[in-house]
Amino acid sequence: MQKFERLESVAAPLDMANVDTDQIIPARFLWRTRSDGYGHLLFNDLRTSQDGESKPEFVLNLPAYQAANILVADRNFGCGSSREHAVWALMDAGIRVVIAPSFGDIFFNNSFKNGLLPIMLPQARCAELRAALARNPGAKLAVDLEAQTVTGSMRVSEAFGADRFDIDPFRKQLLLSGMDDITFTLSQADDIAAFEQRYARELPWV
Amino acid sequence: MTPARAAAPATLFDKIWARHTIVERPDGATLLHVARHLVHDGSRAGFRTLQERGLRLRHPERTYGTPDHYVSSTSRALEAISEPHRREMVSALSANAKQHGITLFDLGDVRQGIAHVVGPEQGITQPGLLLVCGDSHTATHGALGALAFGIGASEVAHVMATQALWQTRPKSMRVSVNGALGTGVTPKDVILAIIASIGAAGGVGHVIEYAGSVFRAMSVEGRLTVCNMSIEAGARAGMVAPDETSYAYLKGRPYAPQGAMWERALAYWRSLPSDAGAVFDREVSLDAAAIEPMVTWGTSPEDAVAVTGAVPDPAEAASAERREAMTRTLAYMGLAPGMAIEAIKVDRVFIGSCTNARIEDLRSAAMVAKGRKARIPAMVVAGSGLVKAQAEAEGLHRVFLDAGFEWREPGCSMCVGMNGDLVAPGERCASTSNRNFVGRQGRGARTHLVSPAMAAAAAVSGHMTDVRVLMAGGA
Ligand code: SF4
Repeated sequence: MQKFERLESVAAPLDMANVDTDQIIPARFLWRTRSDGYGHLLFNDLRTSQDGESKPEFVLNLPAYQAANILVADRNFGCGSSREHAVWALMDAGIRVVIAPSFGDIFFNNSFKNGLLPIMLPQARCAELRAALARNPGAKLAVDLEAQTVTGSMRVSEAFGADRFDIDPFRKQLLLSGMDDITFTLSQADDIAAFEQRYARELPWV
Repeated sequence: MTPARAAAPATLFDKIWARHTIVERPDGATLLHVARHLVHDGSRAGFRTLQERGLRLRHPERTYGTPDHYVSSTSRALEAISEPHRREMVSALSANAKQHGITLFDLGDVRQGIAHVVGPEQGITQPGLLLVCGDSHTATHGALGALAFGIGASEVAHVMATQALWQTRPKSMRVSVNGALGTGVTPKDVILAIIASIGAAGGVGHVIEYAGSVFRAMSVEGRLTVCNMSIEAGARAGMVAPDETSYAYLKGRPYAPQGAMWERALAYWRSLPSDAGAVFDREVSLDAAAIEPMVTWGTSPEDAVAVTGAVPDPAEAASAERREAMTRTLAYMGLAPGMAIEAIKVDRVFIGSCTNARIEDLRSAAMVAKGRKARIPAMVVAGSGLVKAQAEAEGLHRVFLDAGFEWREPGCSMCVGMNGDLVAPGERCASTSNRNFVGRQGRGARTHLVSPAMAAAAAVSGHMTDVRVLMAGGA
């Protein structure tokens, strides 16, 4: 897993609620393997028209946001299917942070497993951030995982200030170290074996 | 667990969570034991990770598989999957199952079907167990009183390697529906009404327990439909407390406990229902009598209204943002504000998916189709080979075929179109599936979620129709 410590980057505002994983990566691409790469397919149907033409109005097609590694979205981002391809597509397209008022639970979990940081900020604050980013195309945000802060760059600092965000300490630790949780869990093998013995005694039919 | 906490009234969810906790870290992260793991033809990435890291499947005997997403609905032959990448997804599952020694209900086995139909049907899904699958609709299995939720590919690999999963404890929510449902109002309408009421993000971070007289009176199949769409309410999982209805459903199923083990299991199951006085983080209640047959008009499952209603007007939206989103949605759906739902003309009908492809669903659709003729293309895709066989034994396929519906082979089919069963761009589909997302059934496809009876009513009339009118002998 890619570790995550700190990132300063152009942030793109995505003004849509309930962006489901079918929007992030349509089902027809899911047979591809991880190594095939998904970056060019991110938001495929929002980004391109039926006949493959790029839609100039879609935010990530605008020149100012080409270098964006941060996305500021609306409520319930990543709802829907459990497809981890949604996280892969974001990562492969260079997105390392998504800020939103709320996330689909499975998407949220999947993000951490791949080194994508999902940050929850209040709904009104996310709306403010999106509006400020739309007014200042190409403006940057800085995300510091250790300090748990999102700050605005010099160019727009007044508009942004600093936001603190919450994160589950265990996930934070894994992200900061880049440690993958299978390795970590396998180090608890004794606990697992002891549990399984007890479980088999208590629920022998399972 | 401290004695004080053990004595406190616990919810169904609390009890299963505690029973499956291996380690709870001081920071709250909990390592949970996974009693049942279901895999399907979309689980290839998990097997790959295992392979790449040189790991073995820790408990093949707790893992069960069946291909569903990529299988053809016209034939059971692997070769019928003409697109090589899709065929490869299905054959990879067979190869992986063989290599790791997993029980597989493969193509050609009458038990094959949609994982969430097969699990309960085989008795693999049981009360009080923690069950996961790399698919969001795993919430379905909570209908039998299991704690069941969907996981991503990395978590699938983690479960394969360790038979365990790290989770942060979700919050709890009780959704009570009391009273009696009207004629023609089905479990699908109940869950659509719940989602319309709490919103598509209403359950985020929560596990829902469905309680109240409506669920007590509901069959296990109906409960499966309700729990299935917990994910559309944003919830991590949905569950119904096990009761005599659940035990009667499970008794004698191939993978359910038998003999003396059945008695032991039963004793455990009876201890599971939420204690009186158990506290939920959130409580919501709905009046059963107020629920009507539902139809979605938009691209989020929360965009649902009664069939007697109308397409809402963005001008009446609560905020400018919502107005803009609704306008965009109506443009995609090709609908005008204020239009009566029953005036919506439909181009095709899909009856199937893990939400509504069990025998009771097919019976309900067949009752409406009987003696009538489909005016638009309609297809029926049973949830499993066993459901299909049962329907044929009851003559339901005859009813459908006589009415001009297609009778297809089990799988996910047009719910997601990954097998090539797609709704054409701009086409409008009345579907018994669970997601009306933009492009879900194919690029540019317009999906209206309805119950099986309502889908059949749309098929025989060519437009959205209040099934209660047909049932009363009208039209
Ligand atoms: S039927 Fe639809 S929702 Fe259910 S598992 Fe298949 S694709 Fe997913």
